[in-house]
Amino acid sequence: MRYALLVQGGPYSHQAAHSALRFAEALVRRGHLLETVFFYHDGVYNAARLLAPPQDEPHLGDAWRRLHAEHGTRLQVCIAAGLRRGLLDEREAARHGKAGASLEAPFELTGLGQLVDAGLSHDRLITFAP
Amino acid sequence: MSHESTLPEGDLLVVLRHGPHGSLWLREGLEAALVAAALGQRVSLLFMGPGVAALAANQQRGPLEQKGTLPMLEMLPLYEVESLLAVDEDLDALGLAPERLAVPAERIAPTAVAALMARHPLVLNF
Repeated sequence: MRYALLVQGGPYSHQAAHSALRFAEALVRRGHLLETVFFYHDGVYNAARLLAPPQDEPHLGDAWRRLHAEHGTRLQVCIAAGLRRGLLDEREAARHGKAGASLEAPFELTGLGQLVDAGLSHDRLITFAP
Repeated sequence: MSHESTLPEGDLLVVLRHGPHGSLWLREGLEAALVAAALGQRVSLLFMGPGVAALAANQQRGPLEQKGTLPMLEMLPLYEVESLLAVDEDLDALGLAPERLAVPAERIAPTAVAALMARHPLVLNF
């Protein structure tokens, strides 16, 4: 089946992001397609470029990037939720006169329309929220 | 109270379980609803738990200077979002009689929530 995930919990503060990743890894192990992960609400912090957890803890940002690299999963971040929380790619940083970007590929800033589209175009959309 | 057979159908049900102010859940849920409606989807809104407070009339800007969500509710007809439902017990718990609501919402029993969800292929929870 073709799956999309909606992640609404920030990394480390809540279980939601950890659970979403474990579900994601189980999905692909079982041969399902995980085509899209959409980050909304505090979930957008999963895309922060500078996450630096202690070395003996899982690195959630790297785990999301690995899903993209190995399975082509799109990592979409709501632009409105991201901007107000300080998650800007280079283009948005320039547009808002900020020094330095806090989000980079493979994460992509996109609109809520992509969430609606993911919900309607995949077989399943599973929400992970705190 | 709504009989199950009169519950609306649609493409997307947005469930709003948080009140205005205090968190961004309500605002970001309504934003998702408005975007889906703007894209031509048939959207229903279900207010439940503390989320029914979103319907209260005479809301003002809070001391935290948030914009509040009432203006978004008032925009819903422009987006052709006409299915607003609220759980009757939750309205009653906050004393929100129909005349105290800023926008009208259909009262449904908690037992009708499952049937309402079943009438929408996509459900988003906020």
